[in-house]
Amino acid sequence: MNSLTLFYIGLFYVATLILIAGLAYRIYEYSRTPAPLKIPTTPAPTTNAGVAYRMAREVVLFESLFKSNKWIWVFGWLFHVGLLLVLLRHIRYFQEPVWFWVNIIQPFGKYASLAMVAGLLGLWARRFLVDRVRYISTPSDHLILALLVGIGASGMMMTFVSHTDIVALKAFMLGLMTFDFQPLPTDGPLLVHLTLVALLMIIFPISKLLHAPGIFFSPSRNQADNPREHRHIASWAAALERDKA
Amino acid sequence: MSHIKAFVAGQAAQEYLGYPWELGEDWKERTLFKMGDLLKKYRSLRVYMDACVHCGACTDKCHYFLGTADPNNMPVARQELMRKVYRRYFTLPGKIAPWLVGAEDLTRETLDQWFNYYHQCSECRRCSVYCPYGIDTAEITMAGREILNYAGYGQKYSNEILGKVQKIGNNLGLPGPALEDTLAGLEEDIEADIGVPVKLPLDVKGAEILLVTPSADFFSEPHVESLIGYAKVFHAAGASWTLSSHASEAGNFGLFNGNYETMRRVAMRIRDAALELGVKRIIVGECGHAWRVAYSFWNTLTGIGFDGKDPFSIELQQQLDHRYPQPMHICEYTWDLIQQGRLQFDKSANDHRVITFHDSCNVARGSRMGDEPGGQFTIPRNIIKAVANNFHDMAAETIGEGTFCCGGGGGVLTDDLIEVRVKGALPRMNAYNAVAQENGVNFLALICAICKAQFTKVLPYYGFDMGQVGGVHQLVSTAIKLD
Ligand code: SF4
Ligand code: SF4
Repeated sequence: MNSLTLFYIGLFYVATLILIAGLAYRIYEYSRTPAPLKIPTTPAPTTNAGVAYRMAREVVLFESLFKSNKWIWVFGWLFHVGLLLVLLRHIRYFQEPVWFWVNIIQPFGKYASLAMVAGLLGLWARRFLVDRVRYISTPSDHLILALLVGIGASGMMMTFVSHTDIVALKAFMLGLMTFDFQPLPTDGPLLVHLTLVALLMIIFPISKLLHAPGIFFSPSRNQADNPREHRHIASWAAALERDKA
Repeated sequence: MSHIKAFVAGQAAQEYLGYPWELGEDWKERTLFKMGDLLKKYRSLRVYMDACVHCGACTDKCHYFLGTADPNNMPVARQELMRKVYRRYFTLPGKIAPWLVGAEDLTRETLDQWFNYYHQCSECRRCSVYCPYGIDTAEITMAGREILNYAGYGQKYSNEILGKVQKIGNNLGLPGPALEDTLAGLEEDIEADIGVPVKLPLDVKGAEILLVTPSADFFSEPHVESLIGYAKVFHAAGASWTLSSHASEAGNFGLFNGNYETMRRVAMRIRDAALELGVKRIIVGECGHAWRVAYSFWNTLTGIGFDGKDPFSIELQQQLDHRYPQPMHICEYTWDLIQQGRLQFDKSANDHRVITFHDSCNVARGSRMGDEPGGQFTIPRNIIKAVANNFHDMAAETIGEGTFCCGGGGGVLTDDLIEVRVKGALPRMNAYNAVAQENGVNFLALICAICKAQFTKVLPYYGFDMGQVGGVHQLVSTAIKLD
């Protein structure tokens, strides 16, 4: 086992731990914080099933974004759908045998990486070209885009330019999961790719990437519009009634 | 627009609400303490501080940004005024590498920016409709104002009104006897005008309906025309109804400061009046933020509604008539009667008017009418079409859930902010101007007391006569046939 392999083994355990523990902590915090008032943005669904349907449209189609700005919608949607397909395609590195549908999407997954990077570049261009968006951009907004583009580009290198030793990589990944450690192939694009992915996992719970769990906790989107029919009261607010009703 | 600043609340107003009245030595600790406190109490604030991706979708959605071109009036920039402090003191990256994530120290200058820009937001929630995560800048504005209050930096206009409503009973500080006189005078005027003895009863124990309406309805023009309209509808329906001197105000400025306890105290006056008078139904007059608080929050704050399982809400809920929604909007009430065929109209009485309807923000995006989502858009329009022949909607993207604010909501309706109000009205005035030119529209129908006050003041700046503004029930009043 060379030191490079050892380093990446450590890196991936640390990154996975931070990602899972960090996200779990955030989600715990969000769910523990009360929403004392009903504040859905209307016209909102009046039932929980309706809320689930509205949330699904937001998460899958980016409905509100579509209403607000077609350019952001096109780039944002391309990026996210591309990313989803690419991620699904990566499942094959983590299991043996591989689910049949993961095999089916392989060819699409390849081209999805193009969509993903194109979407990212579009979003990035807006940060320079549109005054309003430039005004609200911070260095970290640019860095996250750079990170994601780096991940996409290094991944595409391996798909389209210089193939990496996939069999060895898969053995390494399966080894990570079963504590039966295997050596990591040492070509440049792969090492860059893995490092950036680990970095992304590490910053996820402390960055704006929290929009992913955040959307499910947004009271203006996840509440049903039924305040006349159902009394809604937070525990700290109910205490006011006992104290000074 | 950083040169524009609302008047700061004085000692009496602040102390009455339980806040210090000037920034003491410890303003910084107080500011951060309150921020931490609100982050624990409000999931909206907690999630919205983290979730924004700076996508920019909301940047051109605020009427104040469109009217002033001040970048700090972009919703995300308005949030960022608080977020940079949040990041600095409440997040890891902001503590280690503030320059990287746009985190900044809390300074006196920050607080001044908060004061300026949190009073250049009408809490209209238009931005929230267009944000992919529903981030509601109004929630952040409310938190900002509450933190400022707690630090001793309140706004004169809203805080003085909050004192008046609790001490005297209404936002305008109109004492009980004056209210009685006003109502008696109105009854005489109506009878002289149409020869029908329409009543405006006050404090009638055992009445079936309690009407709570903005106090502007009692003596401001054109508000009072709608009050006359409600009275005529009740008369035509043969309803037993009353106003209450104890709860002579529907408006709840507690909403604007986002202070739950204050909002609750103001709302409790209505619960008390309902219990005292023994009414079976509570109906709310034409007022946007009053209706939002009534529809969305009264059940939570006071138990006016249904499904309360605790002794506090059961006490009132047993008294209320469960065949009707509680509370009910006056437009729901009138539309219901129209559908039953119990009101007769002479539509041609409104023929001198070509009418358009302005959806008020708090009604459009914060509440509902009827049983279906979107009833708040259809019901007022249905009423207008039932009582008048000429109706034209403004451009689709400026009404309904995308409606533009009048520019005076959320505690901005004060003369010290007139420049903000006039500029903030620009998008709405453009849409109005378009239908005025193309369709000959000459009447802007409203269901909000603040919209009425704001437009009568602002219309002349845009070359329109202030008489073009009026309530939906003013139109009802014009056309209704009584005997
Ligand atoms: S709530 Fe309304 S006024 Fe406030 S930032 Fe959003 S759009 Fe502007
Ligand atoms: S639309 Fe929402 S996520 Fe995008 S910048 Fe505005 S507040 Fe942030």
